[in-house]
Order: sequence, then structure tokens, then C-alpha cells
Amino acid sequence: MLDLLTGFVGELRSAGLPVSVTEAADAAEAIRHLRLEDRQAIKYALGATLVKSSSHWRAFDTAFEVYFSLRGPQYDIAGDDALSAGSSDDDAPGGGHGEGSGRGEAGAGGGEHVSPEEIAAMLYKALRNGDQAMLAAVARLAVGRYAGMEPGRPVGGTYYLYRTLRNLDLDGVLARLIGEARALRDGGPAQVSADGEAAEPAAGPVLKGSRLDELTSLEERLLSDEYKARIEELRKEIEAEIRRRLVADRGVEALARSLRKPLPEDVDFMHATREELVQMRRAIQPLTRKLQARLARKRRHLRRGSLDFRATMRHSLSYGGVPAEPRFRHPKPSKPEIFVIADISGSVAAFARFTLHLVHAIAEQFSQVRSFVFIDGIDEVTAIFDRSETVTEAIHRINQEADVVWIDGHSDYGHALSVFWQRWGRQVGPKTSILLLGDARSNYHTSEAWIVKEIRHRARHVYWLNPEPRSYWGSGDSIVEQYAQFCDGVYECRNLRQLEAFVEHLV
Amino acid sequence: MPGGNGSAVTASPGWGGDLPVSEPRFPSVEAVRDGLASVGYLADDGLAGVVYLADRLYKPVLVEGPAGTGKTELAKSVALLTGARLIRLQCYEGLDEAKALYEWNYKKQLLRIQVENGPGSPNLDGGHRPGWEEIEEDIFSEEFLLTRPLLEAIRATEPVVLLVDEVDRVEIETEALLLEVLSDYQVSIPELGTVRATQIPLVFLTSNNTRELSEALKRRCLFLHLDYPSVERERQIVLKKVPGISEELAEQVARIVRSLRSLDLKKHPSISETLDWARTLVLLGIESVDEKTARDTLHLLLKYRSDIETAAKELASATAPT
Repeated sequence: MLDLLTGFVGELRSAGLPVSVTEAADAAEAIRHLRLEDRQAIKYALGATLVKSSSHWRAFDTAFEVYFSLRGPQYDIAGDDALSAGSSDDDAPGGGHGEGSGRGEAGAGGGEHVSPEEIAAMLYKALRNGDQAMLAAVARLAVGRYAGMEPGRPVGGTYYLYRTLRNLDLDGVLARLIGEARALRDGGPAQVSADGEAAEPAAGPVLKGSRLDELTSLEERLLSDEYKARIEELRKEIEAEIRRRLVADRGVEALARSLRKPLPEDVDFMHATREELVQMRRAIQPLTRKLQARLARKRRHLRRGSLDFRATMRHSLSYGGVPAEPRFRHPKPSKPEIFVIADISGSVAAFARFTLHLVHAIAEQFSQVRSFVFIDGIDEVTAIFDRSETVTEAIHRINQEADVVWIDGHSDYGHALSVFWQRWGRQVGPKTSILLLGDARSNYHTSEAWIVKEIRHRARHVYWLNPEPRSYWGSGDSIVEQYAQFCDGVYECRNLRQLEAFVEHLV
Repeated sequence: MPGGNGSAVTASPGWGGDLPVSEPRFPSVEAVRDGLASVGYLADDGLAGVVYLADRLYKPVLVEGPAGTGKTELAKSVALLTGARLIRLQCYEGLDEAKALYEWNYKKQLLRIQVENGPGSPNLDGGHRPGWEEIEEDIFSEEFLLTRPLLEAIRATEPVVLLVDEVDRVEIETEALLLEVLSDYQVSIPELGTVRATQIPLVFLTSNNTRELSEALKRRCLFLHLDYPSVERERQIVLKKVPGISEELAEQVARIVRSLRSLDLKKHPSISETLDWARTLVLLGIESVDEKTARDTLHLLLKYRSDIETAAKELASATAPT
């Protein structure tokens, strides 16, 4: 167990979680107090002692599922043909997880021998009734049938997941479930459902409380959310099943390595997958909140204000009238004005979005924030932020409303900058800080770097944030070097962590 | 200043010893869960497990999560369950030693000195006049010590639960105040010496995560992230906390709230808001929520105008955006 734990802690560290020696020792101590068969309890004990931030939970979860998925006394399966539904019924990891509730109905034939129709029918039934055990069984069958796993391939399983899900056609099933629920309302509960069985009163989803004759849109909405939650559960089951098989195939360490994903704050903007982008979007909310709190606090605690005579006198009373501890007024340092000029062409769009989001979320730290976006044309989008309720909504609207295409919709930094200079150049003043965002890949157009030089003369600071790794700068059509000579600083800004650090530095 | 030789301190039993070993409060994880349920707090296994470990490992629990998910309530329920006194330290910006640990009652000290030296003093003519050392020793004794929550929790002889609420609000320097208390269960007072706990209090720290807490603090704690509950758990909570609600309505309430939480809102409805809503529905005599009722009572769940509008629009449309 200790070896396993050490390996696990090592894996967490390689995934980027800061786990100290004390914490590892605590985890070992914690496990002593629990029954080892209780997998869920062990998981929470390890989580409580080793993971100290909710954004790291996901990484922990993955590592845990890999490291502790197969350690059951019953688990002695080598090949994957033995992993059929029947025999893996009680491979409940760690013993106590599955509690093996009625999985026998899954049929003992093994995933390969069940026809697609049967799987579809079972899936449908499981989803409709919200039957946990059945969902798990379906997941197992479906993986065996559709994933087409090849032993020995060094993959993380995403592809297998995709193959399985595509074959299950979950969207179709969802539509069918909702359609049936509608029909059920229309024709009364006695109606016979599509696959020939009498539709027994469905266990969960139908809202018993209402006596309306047809499904109102509210009910339909709730129903569809319920089914979606179940489908999500199924997806998790399938993922877990694939993982179980991969661990059996390739061993714990190897799989953990290929499953290791960067933490949301370390994901590269330019290569983030869609799922990672969603996670980053979720991560940015608390991040801005924290940043804002920190900045506000920093501002307040700068000890440069003038003496607050009244407070000093008042406080001196505790020392018998001796003003031993002078009190100061909170200083009001001037707030900078920010112009953000962002390239929102495809390659760097995600980066621009996150930066705009962050800057606008902490807008009250600045006296004014104005945003400009460009591809080959440039447009001011400050008004969109003012009109929108949330930053997310504004970012969404920028994509539709901003007029940023001039000729062909390929980045042209030179043209964008010269238009900016003509139209808004005069408004750049000595209090203005300019943020230029982009990879400076200008498709071999002229750079017009003199504009940056001119702006630099007028503005307080000019910074360039580049989402590309430093080593790529200047290669191909990247002309960041030409601009860099006129900027106060050019920063590599590849992930949320770097972005956060920069913004803090800026304020 | 006299050193750590306050006689009143070292004389009392338990002070200056090693970490006292308290009897375990809970026999098993299940006992914690069932116990909490009996005082009206529905815990899932993870939560009960962490509370159980906190008791066994003598470690504080750092509870983090969105507002209104029952962080403070957890501490209260544990106190109720164990029959312990709840000592609460509400954190805020500017909280200092004097408010968190202890303070010398300087007014009383001043009075004491004045009585000694003043014109009305019986000792003034002829009698014994105490020297400065004597006075000093006197005014830095326990009589003049005002205990604040942390010290109080340490000194208590009966079982206590210490709740440090919203610990993320204090400055990072003030956090250091907590460290000694949380890891060694002791408080050092320069004039008096070190005060050690006679029993280990169960400590809960809550955080709304407005800033990253220091590594040192986190390392000393067990971490518990409380999130919004599952539909099933929320339904049970509603059933438990709202008298007179029907099973169907509770189910429906839980589901609608789940749907709302999946939307992109400024602030998602918390458990307490769910309960408020459910109570209102019961009061209004509503047996089943339809769109109109939902729309009319949304303001109980959501506190931003824009959120209410979004939600009303969303609930009226049959399918969720993908």
C-alpha cells in the first residue's frame, strides 16, 4: 500500500500538484484510520490530505482512477477478451465500489456477442429508468463492442471514447426519449412505447406532481436536463471502463503518463482543445475574482499616504495619550488608462478572448479601459462591453459585431496599426498604457513598426503580449522583433498563469 | 517584561504538557454521517469521511466552496452533534491579534496602577507600597487578560468546536496568527508563557476562495471542497428542512434548481436559497411548479436582474443550449 501511495504522490507531483512531504505523511496516516475496502472513503481521505485546491481536483481524480482502479482481489484478468460484461461484473475496484447490484441482467455473453440493437435497447431502457447498474453494464458492453481497442498502443483512450460514443448515437436516443415523454403525455400513460414493451410508469423523469395533459416547456426542459445528466453519467462510465482496460493492458505508470493533462492554468492558449477551453473559461472566473481582491488590497496597503491626524490621536488613547503609532491615510494612487489592441484572427483568438476577459473583469482597477480588435481591419469594441451584462456575453458579441475584416480576413498588423493611428492615435495620452496582443504573424505584409514607436512616445507604456513560445518568435512571418524594439516589454503569455502574472504587474 | 513564569499559568493542569490526546469523538465514518443527519445536516460520504479524519488526525478542516453550500452550517451541526460549544471567529480585513487571540485589558491595568498610586489609595500613608515589579506581575496576570476566540478555544476545558469563518478575508500576514493555534494547539503570550490546549478542539475554517490561502495554512489542514449537491441530495435536504412539502414538489424544486445551476449566471442559487424558495412555495400552497409560478418566484432564487431574465427565458425554452 505504501508503495502504491508513494507512486501515486509521485504521479500527482508530475501532474503539477504541489504535494509536500508532510501532506504525503498525512495521507498515509489518514489511510490507517479507514477500511481499505472502502474505496470512496480512501479517495476522499487522499483528496483531503493531498489536494488543497479545487482546481486541482480533476487531475487528482484522473490519477486516482488510474492508480486505484484495479486493485481488487478479484481482479485477475490479463487479456481483454476476459473483460466481458459477465465476468467483470464484480471487478468492483477496491472491493466496495460497485456493490454489484443486479448487473447480471447485462447478459453474460461478452461485449462482442451482443448485437448493436440489443445494446441500443438496453441503453434506452437504462437511460429512461435512470438505472445505475444497467448504465454501467451498457457502458461495459458498448466499450467491448465498439471501442475496438488494440493492445499495446500508447494512447490515452480519447479516441476509444469517441468511437464508442459515436456508435451509441446518444443525441438520437435523447431525442427519442423526449419524444416518447411527449407522446406519453399526449396519449396517456397506457401507450405502448416504440420498442414494443408496455411503457411502465417511468421511474424518475416524468414529473408526477403535475396534472397537465401535455408537457409544458418547463417540464420538457427539466426532463431533457435529467436525461442529459444521465447521459453524462454514462459517458463517465464508459470513460472509466476504457481506463480500466487500458490499465490492464499497459500498466499504471504508462497510462497515468498519457492521461496526464496540464492544469487549467497551465494549458497553452494556442493549442487548447475545446474541452480545455471550457475548463479555462471556468477557471478564469475565480481567477479574476482573486486578482481583483488582491489588487484592491495591495492598493489599500501601500503605506505612502499622508498622516491621518484624527486616527492617530484616537489610537494614542490606548497608550495613555502618547501617539506611539502613527496612522496614515490610504493613498489614492492614480489608475492607469488601458488600451487593449488585440488580434482576434483564428490562431490567437482564444488568447485574445481570455486577455480581454481578464482586463475587463478587473476594469475598475483602471480609470478607463478601451478595447480594439483587429484582423486586417480594426474596430473599437469598448461599447460592446458597456452594453453587455457580462463579460462572457460581450466576448461572444465581439465575434459577431466587430468590423475587423478589411480585405481578406488574414492578419495584417501593419494595416491595422496604421488605421488605429489615424483614427484613435490622438487619444493616446501620457496616462495611457497600451497592450498589444498577438503573435505578430502578419502574413508578410509591411510591419509599419514606426507607429508603435510613435505610440510609445505618446503613451506611458507599450507592452506586447505574445501567445507563442519565445523560441518561435521571429521565425517565418513573425515580425514581433520589429515591434519589440519600440515596446517597453514583450512578454510570452502562453497560459493563464503567465497572463495573471502580467496583469498583476501591469497594475 | 517578566518571562514565561506566570505562576497562575503553569500551575493549572495540562498546561505545558505535550499535545493532549482526546478521546475519538466518532467511532466510524457512518456514525458521523448518521449523526449529522440526526441533527438535520445531510452529509455525503466524502464530507463525513473528512470530518471523521479531522477527529482522528487532530487536524483542522479547511472547507471551501461557493457561498451558501453549508460550510458554516457544517461546523454548527458538528458542534450540535458532539454537544460541544461553538466558538466562532468571524474574519474580516484588518482582523488582528487583539481581536483573534488575546488582548490586555489596558483600561483595567491603568486603573490598577492608579489605585496603587492614587491619592485615595489605602497604602499611600504608612502602609506597604508595592514596587514596580510587583505591580507589573500583577497587571500582566490572567485577571487582566481578555481572551479572544482562538485563545478561548484553546483554554476551554469542555469540548469546543472552533469555527474560523471566511478565513480568506484576512490579510496574508494575519493568517500566520492561526498557524500556531492550528498545528500545535497552543498560544504563546510573551508575558505569560505558552498556553496549551487541554483538549483538542475540532476546528473548521471556511473560505469563499477570494484569494489563495498560504501554503503553510493549507498544509496544516484537511481540505474539503463543498459543491452544490446532487439532485438526489438536494431533494432530501429540501424534504428534511422544509416542513409540509410533498415528495413531488421537493423533487421538482431540486430539478429546477439543477437546471438553473447549469446556466451561465452571475450567481447560482445556493442551497439556502433553494430552501427559501421551497418554503415560499409551500406557504403559497403550490403543489406543482408551472412556468408562471417559476417565473413569478424566481427572485427568491436569483439575486441579479440579468440572471432572472436569463433564467426566465431559458426555462421557457424547451431544450438546453448545447
